[in-house]
Amino acid sequence: MEIIEPTIIHSSILLWALLIPLVGALGVFTFGKESPNFREGCSVLAAVGLFLTVLSMKDAVLAGNMYQWQMFDILPGVIPGKSGLSLTLRADAFSLIFALIASGLWIAAAFYSMGYMRGLNEHAQTRFNTCFALAIFGAIGVAFSDNLFTMYLFYEFVSISTYPLVAHHQDEEAWEGAKKYIVYLTTTAKGLLLPAMILIYVITGTLDFPTNIYQGMLGGEVESWLVIMLFIFCLFGFAKNGVMPFHHWLPGAMVAPTPVSALLHAVAVVKVGVFCTARGFLYIFGVDLMTKLNLGIPTAYFVGFTILMASAIALTKDNLKARLAYSTVSQLSYIILGVCLLTPNGISGGLIHIANHAFSKITLFFCAGAIYVATHKKYISEMSGLGRVMPWTFGAFGVASLSMIGAPPVAGFVTKWKLLVGTIESGALGIILILLASTLLNVAYFAPITYKAFFGKRPEGVVDAGLKEAPLAMVIPLCLTSAISVYIGINPDFFMDLVKAVIG
Amino acid sequence: MELIISEGQHLLSWLIFIPLIGAGLLFVTPGEENQRRLALVVTTFNAILSLKLWTGFNVATADFQFGERLCWIPSLNIEYALGIDGISILLVMLTTFIMPLCVLGSWTYISKRVKEFMICLLIMETAMVGVFCSLDFILFYVFWEMMLIPMYLLIAIWGGPRKQYASIKFFLYTLAGSVMLLVAIIALYLANDYSWYIPDMMDQAYSKNFQLWVFGAFFLAFAIKVPMFPFHTWLPAAHVEAPGAGSVILASVLLKMGTYGFLRFCLPITPQATVALVPYVLWLSVAGILYGGFTALAQSDMKKLIAYSSVGHMGFVTLGIFVLNKNGVEGALIQMVNHGITTGALFLMISMIYERTHSREIKDHCGLAYNLPIFVTFLTIFSLSSLGFPATNSFIGEFLILVGTFGHNKIIAGAAIPGAVLAAAYMLRLLQYVLFKGKGRTDITDLNFRECVTLLPLVVFVFWIGLAPEPFMNVMHTSVEFLLNQVHSSQAVAALALH
Repeated sequence: MEIIEPTIIHSSILLWALLIPLVGALGVFTFGKESPNFREGCSVLAAVGLFLTVLSMKDAVLAGNMYQWQMFDILPGVIPGKSGLSLTLRADAFSLIFALIASGLWIAAAFYSMGYMRGLNEHAQTRFNTCFALAIFGAIGVAFSDNLFTMYLFYEFVSISTYPLVAHHQDEEAWEGAKKYIVYLTTTAKGLLLPAMILIYVITGTLDFPTNIYQGMLGGEVESWLVIMLFIFCLFGFAKNGVMPFHHWLPGAMVAPTPVSALLHAVAVVKVGVFCTARGFLYIFGVDLMTKLNLGIPTAYFVGFTILMASAIALTKDNLKARLAYSTVSQLSYIILGVCLLTPNGISGGLIHIANHAFSKITLFFCAGAIYVATHKKYISEMSGLGRVMPWTFGAFGVASLSMIGAPPVAGFVTKWKLLVGTIESGALGIILILLASTLLNVAYFAPITYKAFFGKRPEGVVDAGLKEAPLAMVIPLCLTSAISVYIGINPDFFMDLVKAVIG
Repeated sequence: MELIISEGQHLLSWLIFIPLIGAGLLFVTPGEENQRRLALVVTTFNAILSLKLWTGFNVATADFQFGERLCWIPSLNIEYALGIDGISILLVMLTTFIMPLCVLGSWTYISKRVKEFMICLLIMETAMVGVFCSLDFILFYVFWEMMLIPMYLLIAIWGGPRKQYASIKFFLYTLAGSVMLLVAIIALYLANDYSWYIPDMMDQAYSKNFQLWVFGAFFLAFAIKVPMFPFHTWLPAAHVEAPGAGSVILASVLLKMGTYGFLRFCLPITPQATVALVPYVLWLSVAGILYGGFTALAQSDMKKLIAYSSVGHMGFVTLGIFVLNKNGVEGALIQMVNHGITTGALFLMISMIYERTHSREIKDHCGLAYNLPIFVTFLTIFSLSSLGFPATNSFIGEFLILVGTFGHNKIIAGAAIPGAVLAAAYMLRLLQYVLFKGKGRTDITDLNFRECVTLLPLVVFVFWIGLAPEPFMNVMHTSVEFLLNQVHSSQAVAALALH
């Protein structure tokens, strides 16, 4: 296949995009105590500014350009044209997929968390909003990283900046959950990513990503056992991707307030994980090397286990957020599975699922939070009949569930379709069984929730006083995100164009 | 190696003796406040003066610069010889820059015998700068021993409850090392035509057997100072009992004397012995990294935690030195500076909080994020730096050392990696407790202006070295290359002789 090299645009717009959430965080921190309205204003303004800035790069990138901006040249390179250790940003099609999602959903999340935090009269709202903005700063940094070092830096930054969010309640449960969170994420990063990064540097003399998904960084001369080891380090080192057995942090982090769960599951944290994994697979190893060493299909089967197992566990959970958490673990592996199919359709299915899962899952979490704020109900068994009181919330929940299941016309269908086609292309027919079984499991754990909410009776003996729909600041964002889920299901071109550009 | 004499300048002499003059002035200065101010002025002046080293340093040569060479005791051939190269310049500057911060950090912490305390600090500075600049072995030894007394006094007079035990232990350990050092020095003197001049010794080709003996003596002396596992037991005791500034000096500068000794003496004077013993030293370093990490993880006393973390961090430094390649040695050098900055800052912070709560236990300082936002911000920065967070100074050091180690031996590098994981584990454990465990205490105040001023310069260096280490790396390139050439060419010569 002939690979067209992109034209490099050296532009500080990348730096501005990165700085906007940081400035937003500063604004929130500075004005937080005096004026809550101004504080939330800062968040929203930064979110909108960031989204527009990222969007402004889309056309140029689709036209075959790549933005690049070097911030710090830390250790000079030994290979001409490549940096040694540097903090450099890039925006290619792959970056934009994630950056657009993260910045777009930040707008919705900023509105939503305003409603949630005020509705529950939570403490330390300034710290919360500051850390939220900082986590977005980290996520944008990951999206725009031009080399493994920059990606590692921002990956770690996301772990640290979200810690206070998970520990927000500062009680015993939050303490334990947050401890698990940070231990899993930093241990895997330090223990696996750091040595992987150093080994790659020792082997190649640079950490710069190539500009396409085929050639990889390692070249042909590296021993295969070393490549396989690095590949495994990459799969488990980015533990934010939730691949079993390093997924325990995710259900543990459920103690956090719901907007944080939304952030963790849809906007930033887990998406940082799968983004980094996909970036690692496609740009460090590359499709050619992965095909040569037959790394794709075995990995696809391996993550297939996570898909099924997590779905099975989700079935057993009565706590709505816990069920959603295991659903996330399962859905994230769809993305990795798609990438590992190594066929154009498989990779597209995986990458487009970053967007599809984000919009649908954030809707589900927004709904869970809205239900909690309006009714203080956490368990699915208590939600029977609530749909008649909260039609908008449960309506949106139903739509997003359909997307998770992969039913048309919602976004998840596009993923399933692409993945199935990719599987057939790759010839690994066992994967089809995994996808089908997982779809059935998805139906089994999602469909009853909406069904019972609308058609079930309220549980006997429960006294519900003053049940009503959640506040508008929450209902509007969740309806919006579920509407977007439908829109990108009917018209997936917005993200699909970028995915096509990644594949080349 | 040549000595480039700087005529009529005597910059190094000034840097060494200004603190001593300051100490003399302190004797006749009345009033505690004045004494503090005088000590601050003297150390700050010295720090500013040391900038002249930076601006006047020629990065293109590996020779000793700013040289001074006078006859001192002609009958014994002892000289007054000074000079610095790319290996010592950063350590001299680290010393001069850390001292004003030590004075500032002890401003209110030390309330009894202020004059004597400041005099001890200033004499320490003279001795430390002297050690890094000396090119005559007797002169070196005089400064080396000169550090012992004021440090002993700092611990024994201004220390905590177990100060007697800690100070005696520190004294005995270091003295034991010094005796071995003296034996090695005399042996070299006899083998070197009755000269104590260090650069001459580097140009000799001693027999391998002789080198092994000398290396052994050097190694013991320096391994105690670093301290390398299993010679480290004096360190936690000394750190815990020493007053804040004492711990800072110990961690930031004194520990570097050991690793400086390896670089300055072991590698160039006994290269064949060094190469022969590399595997043992490397595994000992790995043991130190892991031992320090695991032990730090189990501590409930913040100072002990940082003390054991030092054992781990210094293990990385010795690892970098003995892989004997450019990345490793340069990483080790920059990591020596980083450790001085970060661990120094952490000890300063612990003494600041100790002033308020009179406790060093982690459990007494839980949940401070609520009421001490400035304190926890600084603590977060320095803790992240200590665990080698990317974009902070320690990351660069750790990265280069591990790149060097992977280039030398993948198994040893793999064995050291858990040390990096442990560093994250114990520092994050500390941070978690101090920031978020419970709802915090309301009876203590946040850092004041003086304390912020003390810590801010260190924050600047954390990010400066983390993001743009080029100026710091530039000064060492030539010297490190020359040093490694010396080591490796001696191997080639020995191999030729064998055939």
